[in-house]
Parts: sequence; structure tokens; C-alpha cells
Amino acid sequence: MKRREFVRHSAVGAAGMGLVGNADLLHGILVPSTLGRGISQDRDALAAAALNAARTAGADYADIRIATNRTQRASTRERIVSGVMDSETSGFGIRVLVDGTWGFAASRDVSLDEVARVARVAVAQGRANRAAQRRPVELAPLDWTGRGEWRSPIEIDPFTVPIEDKVALLLQANEAAMAVAGVAFANSNMAFLREEKFFASTDGVITDQTIYRAAGGVSVTAVAPDRSDFQSRSSNEIAPRGLGYEHILNSDLVGGATRWAEEAVQKLSAKPVQPGRYDLVLRPSHLWLTIHEAIAHPTELDRIMGFEANYAGTSFISSPEAFLGSFRYGPEIMNIQGERTTPTALSTVGWDDEGVQPDEYLIVKDGVLNDLQTTREQAPWLSEWYASQGRGVRSHGNSYGQSWDVTQFQRMPNVNLLPHPDRDVSEAELIDGVENGILIDGDGSFSIDQQRYNAQFGGQTFYEIKNGQVTGMLKDVAYQIRTPEFWNGMDLIGGPSTYELGGSFGDAKGQPAQSNAITHGCPTTRHRDITIINTGRRA
Amino acid sequence: MANFISREEAQRITERALSFSRADQARANLSSSETGNTRFAQNQLSTSGDATNATLTITSALGQRVASATTNIFTDDALRRVVETSEQLARLVPENEEYMGELGMQSYPASRPYFDSTGELAPERRAQAIAAVTEQAVARNLISTGFLIHEAASNAVATTAGLFAYGTNTGVNFTTTVRTADGTGSGWAGTSAHDFDDLDTRALGAIAVEKALRSQNPRAVEPGRWTVIMEPTTVGNMVNLMMNQLGARNADEGRSFFSRAGGGTKLGEQFVDGRVTIRSDPNDPRVFSTPFDGEGLPNKAMTWVENGMLRNLDYSRYWADKQGTQPTGFPSGWHMDGGDSTIDEMIRSTERGLLLTRFWYIRGVDPRTILFTGLTRDSTFLIENGEISHPVKNFRWNESPIFMLNNIEMMGAPVRISSGESSGLTNAVVVPPLKVRDFTFTSLSDAI
Repeated sequence: MKRREFVRHSAVGAAGMGLVGNADLLHGILVPSTLGRGISQDRDALAAAALNAARTAGADYADIRIATNRTQRASTRERIVSGVMDSETSGFGIRVLVDGTWGFAASRDVSLDEVARVARVAVAQGRANRAAQRRPVELAPLDWTGRGEWRSPIEIDPFTVPIEDKVALLLQANEAAMAVAGVAFANSNMAFLREEKFFASTDGVITDQTIYRAAGGVSVTAVAPDRSDFQSRSSNEIAPRGLGYEHILNSDLVGGATRWAEEAVQKLSAKPVQPGRYDLVLRPSHLWLTIHEAIAHPTELDRIMGFEANYAGTSFISSPEAFLGSFRYGPEIMNIQGERTTPTALSTVGWDDEGVQPDEYLIVKDGVLNDLQTTREQAPWLSEWYASQGRGVRSHGNSYGQSWDVTQFQRMPNVNLLPHPDRDVSEAELIDGVENGILIDGDGSFSIDQQRYNAQFGGQTFYEIKNGQVTGMLKDVAYQIRTPEFWNGMDLIGGPSTYELGGSFGDAKGQPAQSNAITHGCPTTRHRDITIINTGRRA
Repeated sequence: MANFISREEAQRITERALSFSRADQARANLSSSETGNTRFAQNQLSTSGDATNATLTITSALGQRVASATTNIFTDDALRRVVETSEQLARLVPENEEYMGELGMQSYPASRPYFDSTGELAPERRAQAIAAVTEQAVARNLISTGFLIHEAASNAVATTAGLFAYGTNTGVNFTTTVRTADGTGSGWAGTSAHDFDDLDTRALGAIAVEKALRSQNPRAVEPGRWTVIMEPTTVGNMVNLMMNQLGARNADEGRSFFSRAGGGTKLGEQFVDGRVTIRSDPNDPRVFSTPFDGEGLPNKAMTWVENGMLRNLDYSRYWADKQGTQPTGFPSGWHMDGGDSTIDEMIRSTERGLLLTRFWYIRGVDPRTILFTGLTRDSTFLIENGEISHPVKNFRWNESPIFMLNNIEMMGAPVRISSGESSGLTNAVVVPPLKVRDFTFTSLSDAI
């Protein structure tokens, strides 16, 4: 995805740009969070009115999400503040099941009359859709019902930090980049989200969650003196997180800007790659995206069952029965975990968007496919597999809706490649075993087919490896893979000391396309005999 | 009447909000919409949704210090707070020398992109339109999936300098993917419209069904440079990539395909085949769009490429001022001229080539040449000796619209397409089918 699309599709972007704020916050005075500020009514009363109206109209099941989203973005280019935008928006969405058929309706008008009206609209819609029903929806049972609260573990609420401090930091990063000879342009930005999400369902779950997200980044462009070439370097290794302003402070955008700028200039004179077969050493700042595309997406059960065939696609994993317990995804040292508990990861929450407490599970266990991502609607589809394993049927808690105005559906948890199970393999050891290879840092261009076989990935920087030594920078590099061969060609993975989190705000799926914020943890890895193409083509 | 903000209501809300302004200049952007959608999978409706929303963004300027704030609540208290917030932010940010000030009253080209057929579309009607596809799929033992989305929306811009602009529009998009039960064949069809009555879901379903059946058990042929017959959706996907790069500033700054080596831009140069002409016009019924942009600047009728020559780049107000020219505006819809060849004639004229239905996962690779990568999907066919001989496996391509538009052999009649990969409500794009030589495929995909 191009950067522009990325930003447009990001959770923060989708939630709207701009804000309504508490004046005191803007002057840096620490005050308690303004929970539910945009909503004056009692959310319990609103939820009760909505769920009662839905039931009275004929719903067998109903849930409501009432949310207030606060976002702030600041962006700069060179010495200019190109945008400061702050937003606070509220609304609610009601989902119902009518005789096993879904209906959903939403409104920005958060009032007792409106929740009842919208509940009836959702039920009428479910009834209209029922005519074409072939298989009614059944929901997996809940392990837990009750009332709970959850908050992202932040240290500094980004909405209490003065805007002048934020733009000063960004402009300082641009200055650091432009101080490097040959650098013509530098952009930088920050984005923050606070989502206050209240959920209630007719199954007896009420949750109140406050979710924070923070992102910051710099992009530097160097132009050759004769204008025959231009090259960019983005700070993609600074992944967005479920954190507060401390994430920006800890990212050292100003210190990093000098290095990113130097690398952009270095790319102008880097050696174009010779196409061929190479071994690859992939850092977590790059590998997270390959995991995302070639493992996390194909193990989504709705996709496997054809529900996303018209856009996001299906999966090479089909049927589930033919693959679970037998398909060798990779070597025995490969374990893929799904979870929503890692502190600071973007999918981490207390409850998903249908009131399920997510569990931790192994999607790939000792190299073999072991489980798939599910919601309450989907978990029963795997009941035979779970029975054969002596496990009960329960949703993994992987339901999410990007905002109150769209229906929730299956979205990925934090999907991680676990480090080497036995020892702390270092990056030096991974490189040492390579005769002719490339080390890749940072994510770049990415594309994969609709069943997740054929993928092509670029990166931010590429370094040639010769006889176990990193020898110099390459450019115009992309690798092409077929998913099963790529992971089975992974002969060594790094240990815990190489493990890092990567991620993004902008993972699109569904129709209308919804954006999910994603984190993938992984170590550095080594892959044998991979096809490399040269992407530099002249007009 | 669809549930969006009327002209009178927009005037009242924006006037009220701006009345609270204490800034030197301020602008209100108010957008509202009622949207509805229905998805289907496994030949039945899966999820659907109806939503109403509206947002107001206030941009305040104190001298050259500028900031914005947004709300979706329009009580006096909320309006006052959103204005104050933007002013407090503006007070604290450094001066932006590129801020051009707010526009006064403008005159706009007439544009009527609103149709009641779309504005009043009910879930029952959506369900019927979808049944016209699922029934055909069930009858042939196929599996249909797809998506219908529609919107009725209004946009308003008002400034403290006296500008008020208001426009309404409707849009609908329908796409369907039909697969064989054994997963060995897949077909697709889809389009977009302003007017729901222009949409024939039964006919689109028939195309997707036919392609699903014909595409079963594809064989592999070698990647490499191929002569391709591109259905209009694939042409629109590619040309869109070039349209997104028309920014004048990047071209002047030396970081665009449209930069000229040694300085300046490619304005006035022929850079693609002489038959390529691309225009936009908010008042063209084929590509209606809102007649003003977010600053209230009129979107004029523009010729971007004429007879293969770069006629215009997209100038913002700031960059136009700096370069001593006029800002252009950039309407969302555009139209590319075609020729008089039919797709059948293109096939008959081809000794060995490929027929392409749809592209997927199109992502940038090298901005210097607008080189992108992506894949074919949902029916790719081999043409031998003027006939479709059999379905083939999908390919990954690495290609640029610039190279593609230099290699045109034949052009057909332009049609409206569904221009976005996610089949959402995107800009109106009208493009011809093309026969193109030397399209670059770099590897095979096993995906069906």
C-alpha cells in the first residue's frame, strides 16, 4: 500500500481528523481523562433501551457498541507545519440476529429515542435479509459474562502534551535530516487515538474499555544533483503501538532522522541488485509484514470459508479439515501464536467486540497448522477438529469493528512468530551461515495474491552478505515467494534477544473495507534460496 | 428523502459555528451521509449495515498560524467548543508560510450528481438486486459472493470571507465474485454508478457465472512479456496510478516521473501513445463530481493528457502562486478516450496473448517510473490464433501505466468501472478496454 493510502486507511484517519477538546488539556495541565465526554447520557441506560427495543422488535440476540473517539494528528514538511488536526466524534452501532440472520444499523445521534429507532432499523434489516437465508448463524457459548473495565497501559496521555512540544519535536527531526548533505525533503508526523468503547449484549456482558494508540514517523527523500534519481527512506522500524506519548519520546525521531537521511543519500549510489537466487536474513522491522501477509491472513477462518472472496480473497488453507493437524507450514522450530495480551501491542484488549475474553493459542505448533482465528459465529465451524483434540468450542475473541458505524467481524489478534525454542541465536550467527545473501531492514513494497501463495516484498534498506560478512548497500531489491516453500526454507530463527514488535494502523479487510491496527512480534530469521528481482526499470 | 444535511441546515450550522470564531480567518467543512450496504457469501446475505453520520471541521487561522478541529455533534455548546479548540491549537503552532487564506464567494460549474433511485434505496431492494445474482449461481451449482454499497451525501464549505458552497451526490457500487464449488474456477464482474437504475446486477451476475465456468482448471503458461487484452477495470486500475502522480509540486521538486531530468517538468511533452486523452469535468454526466474542493476552490473542466501530451499538472493554491500560475482543482472523476475496436476484434487480431479480467493487491514498487506490482485474478485466458483457447493460471506483474500507455495496439469504447480494489464508493472512472503489447509478468500464482 502506498504511504498515502496507508494514512487514509489508518485507524486514526478513518476515525476522522480534527477534535473537540478540553481547553485545559491543551495547555499541558494534567487532568483526568474525559471519559465518554461526547456522550452526555448514561451509557447503561442507552444500552438497556437499545437491547430492549431490539428484543421487542423480534431479535434473538443484540449487542451495542457506544464509542467516543478522540484523535490528534500533527504533520510537517521541512520547516513547515502542514497540518494540526484534532477530532472528537461519537456514535453507536447495534447488531442483531433475527432467526439466525444479521442486521446492523448505526447513528451519530446518541440519545434514548435514537438507539431505540436504530435498533428497530437493524431488526427490520435482518428480517429483509432472512429471505435468502440458507444456513442460520449460531453463536459459540461465552466462557464469561459480567461487567468489566480495561485501559491501555499508557504512561503519558498524548492529549495532555502541548501541541507546541509535538510540532517542535517534528521540526527538529526534519532539521536533523536536512542537515545531511544531499537531502532535499523531510516529512514527519504524529498521530494519537483514544477510543472509549462501551459494549453490552443480550448475553449479559457489559464492558467499558479505553484504548490508546500512538504513531510517529519521519520520511526523508534525497534527489541526485542532476535529478537523474531520487530515493526515500522511511522510519518504518518505529512501529505504532498501543501506548501514549512516551512511545514518541522513546522512539528518538530526532536521533534516527540523521541515520535515515544518511541512508537515503547512500541509496542514490548503492549497487543495483543482480537478479537471482539469494539467502535472506530478515530483521523483525521487515519480517512482521511477511508474517502478516503469508501467515496471519491465510489463517482467518472467514476468509477460508469464502466470506471474503469478493475482495480480500480466500486462502490456500482449504478445507480446514484437510489442513489442520497435518499441513507443515514450516520447520519444527516454527511456532505461530495468536494472543491479545502483549502489553503495547495494537490488538491487545480486555474483551473483543462481541464481549469475548481473547485467549492465547498456537496457530502453528512445531511447524504444523494447529488452529485458526475465530469469532463466536465461526468457532462452531471447527467443532469436529476441537473435539478430536479434546478441546471445547469457544471463540478466540478475534472480533473487531473499526468504529461504531460499521459491523464487527473477524480480525486478526497479535500474530507472532515465537523465537527459537531452545537457544538465543544472534543476528551474527544467522549472517555467519550465508555465502551469498541479502540482509533486509524495514518494510517496503508488499503484495500477495488472494489465496496468499505468491508474494513480493521490498524493504527500506538492503545489504549484501558475502561469505558471512555484510559487504555494502544494495538497491532496487524485491523478493518473490510461494508461501509454503518460503517458510519451509527458513532454516534458522533468532532467539529472544532478536525479538521485536512491528506493526501498522492500516490493515484493510471486509466490505466496506475496515482498517485494523496490527502488531506482529518476531525474531530475525534466515531463509534459503529465495528469488530476487531488480525493480529499477528505465522509462 | 435520504437522511443527510440539507442546504438550509448546512447554512445554519456553518453560520452558527463561524459566528463563534475569534480567529482572523476561519473555514467550516461540513459533510454528511446516509450509507447502506449488503454483503453476500455462500449464496446468501452475510452482513449488512445502514449508518448516518456527519462531521464538521473548523479550520482557524491566526495570522499564518493554522489548525483544525472536528466534531460530529452540532449543539451550540459543541460548536463553540470545536471553534475554540481549533483556535487554541492555532495559537500554539508555528507560522505556516504556505497558508493561502480563505476564499471569498466563488462560482461553480453546474453538476447534478444526485439521483433519488440511489438516495432512497432500501435494504429490501438491495436484497432483490443480490438475489438476481445468487439465483443464477445456485442454478449452476456455483458459489457467489459480493457487495452492494450505496450512499447519499452532502458537502458544504463556508468561510468567514463569505464563501458558501453546497453539493449533494449519490453513488452505488456493485461487485460479485462467483466461484466453482470445487474452487478450480473463479469469475468476477462489477461496476459503479451515480444512478442505481443504471445498475444491472442480473447482467453482471451472468458475466461472473460465465467466467467462473470457463476459468476452471487453468493451465500454467510462462511469465514474461505478453500481448494482453485488458478489460476496462484493469485499464482503470493502472491509469489511476498515473493520475495520482499528477501533483505539480513533486514534479517541480524533482521527485516524480513528471520531473524533467536537468530541471522543470514534462508539461508539453508527449510521454505516451498519441491516442491517449484524459479529461475531467464535474459537469460531465459520465464522471460527475462535486464542483468544489475542500477549500471551496472550483473544480474546473481540465484536460490532463491530450494526444499523448502532458497538458496540465495539479497545482494547489500555494504552489500555483509560487510558480506564477493558476490553481487547477482536481475533480475526483475522470474520463479516458477510447477507440472503435470491440474486445472480440482485439481477440481475433491476436495470435498469442492473454485476456485479463481483474487486478489485485496493486502496490507501488518504484516511484521514479510509477512502477507497481499486482496480480491477475478471477479469470485469465490464453488467446491463440484469434480465439480464447483455455484458462491459464494467474500471474504477478511488475508494470507501469507509462510503459503500458506507450504500448497500445487497439482501443475500445470507454465504460464506467468499479475503480477501487475494495469495491467501495470511489471516484467515477470511465476508460476503454485496451490491447497492449509487452506487458511484464514476473511470476506465476497458484491462487484461483
